[in-house]
Amino acid sequence: MVVTMLVFGLSRISGDPRSLLISEDATIDVWDELGREMGLDQPVYRQYLIYVGNLFRGDLGNSTLQRKPVTEILWSRIPNTVRLAFASFLFALLLGIPLGVLSAVKHGRWWDRGIRAFAVLGQALPVFWISLVLIYVFSVGLRWVPVSGNAGWTSIILPTIALGWFGAAGQVRILRSSMLEVLNSEYVQFARAKGLPSRTVIWKHAFRNALIGPITFAAVTLAGMVTGSIVVETVFAWPGLGLLAIQAVNNSDYPILQGLILLVTLVYIVVNLMVDILYMIVDPRIRIQ
Amino acid sequence: MSPSVQSEPTTMTHTVVIGENHRLHRWPVIPVVMLSILIMLAVFAPVIAPYDAKLGALEDRHIPPMLFGGDSDHILGTDGLGRDIFSRIVHGAHISILTTAVALGIGGTVGTFLGILSGYFGGWVDELIMRIVDIKYSVPLILIALSMATILGSSIGLLFGLLAFMVWGQFARQVRAEVLSIVKMDYVVAARSSGASPARVMYRHILPGVAGTVAVIGSLQVGAVVLTESSLSFLGAGVPPPTPSWGSMVAEGRLYIDTAWWVSLIPGVFIALLVVSVTLLGDWIRDHWDPQFK
Repeated sequence: MVVTMLVFGLSRISGDPRSLLISEDATIDVWDELGREMGLDQPVYRQYLIYVGNLFRGDLGNSTLQRKPVTEILWSRIPNTVRLAFASFLFALLLGIPLGVLSAVKHGRWWDRGIRAFAVLGQALPVFWISLVLIYVFSVGLRWVPVSGNAGWTSIILPTIALGWFGAAGQVRILRSSMLEVLNSEYVQFARAKGLPSRTVIWKHAFRNALIGPITFAAVTLAGMVTGSIVVETVFAWPGLGLLAIQAVNNSDYPILQGLILLVTLVYIVVNLMVDILYMIVDPRIRIQ
Repeated sequence: MSPSVQSEPTTMTHTVVIGENHRLHRWPVIPVVMLSILIMLAVFAPVIAPYDAKLGALEDRHIPPMLFGGDSDHILGTDGLGRDIFSRIVHGAHISILTTAVALGIGGTVGTFLGILSGYFGGWVDELIMRIVDIKYSVPLILIALSMATILGSSIGLLFGLLAFMVWGQFARQVRAEVLSIVKMDYVVAARSSGASPARVMYRHILPGVAGTVAVIGSLQVGAVVLTESSLSFLGAGVPPPTPSWGSMVAEGRLYIDTAWWVSLIPGVFIALLVVSVTLLGDWIRDHWDPQFK
């Protein structure tokens, strides 16, 4: 609710949307006519109510530049972003989980040091910089994959790595510290003392109990991909929601930006809800509370 | 959301720990040295920079760095407008460190203030402030930032505001949790019952108690602030050109990545250096100062 007011407020301090559409020498009649068409002749609170009413009917208004419904434009871009985000998320987990566990198990050894260095670096390198380095090495230098765009399956590889990198590094750090804590606990030591094979101890006893932190972080990663995808999609010209956001900014297309803000907020809320449910599945104690 | 961590009422012990000498030899030397060098560059930028950061000579464009075929006139090479990259890096350090410090200062102060109010008064004040924090966390900052920059035009003031907005919620949440345990402690109860005004209790008795937590949160947020600033500048919603900022320098060199890689890649190395050193230092401060994480 508050978000809708915020978004509406943003759109109103941006000045009159008509000035974008009409050339400067248009007559006042044309101006007023367009105002009536867009509902701008109503008082502000009525405009807000109309706006919210339209929202509930799934109508986000029309793009000022393309003159097409915002929902239609968003829908056309969603699959690309979902594909990229899903691939990156998978990449982050597939790289982050084994490395995090390995780092904790080999605590203090050479492996651990190497993995920790990767984790600190991975979280310190800006996403846009990683993207450019990847382009420089694999597209410009080795010519293995296309520089940008969405042509064939190879074009998703570099954006996936660039976007998943930060999440992988963070996952390693979180998982490592929670695994270390669990590995030192009495029940894990007891499981070892019973003579269980170390694979069982690590994956069945320790890993499961070390999951709360990593799950929270996975949610943070997913939310962080919003920022990341704007940058990565811009660098790689990947035709998803992030690129759409930058295009909307460049064209001052506020309805699109408003639609994006509402959509992303909705995603945040859904992700948080999913995390709460996952907590209950992983840790039965939370269910009792 | 995640269950908030509440500290045991043993906040006073951390002073003892820092006082112990054997902790000092584990100072993180490398991050401290790196950070000091970067801060020196930032503070003395006008003195250190050999050339003007905003003006270049077009005939000098895209000279490679010294070790890659260039000469000692431009040790890090020049960009597409013939501007000396080292000079721009030095001035960029100034901007990056200044924005981070101001944003953390404003955001930390506001967040701490609201966190103390929330924890001290409880009731509807607490409810109101914590709901605002929830809203803050459900809003996509980068999209708001991009929209604001388009509407109002990008400026350094706007950047300060956005980054401060990004950090205040974390301060408010954690300070509140800490205050909840402090207000129950005997010395606070004593101060209240002897007739001290709420303002005095909060300022004289509670604020010193949360100072450690505030320092830890601050040090852990620096890296995120630097990265967000550079991302916003990269996307054109940060420091307006021609003022150099590391993020916008990477963006400017992007189109020449195949012929002049150094224009983009060198500023990124400096961003990474700054973030790595503040991250390591932040971890160290957390491990040594905060009783919660010991």
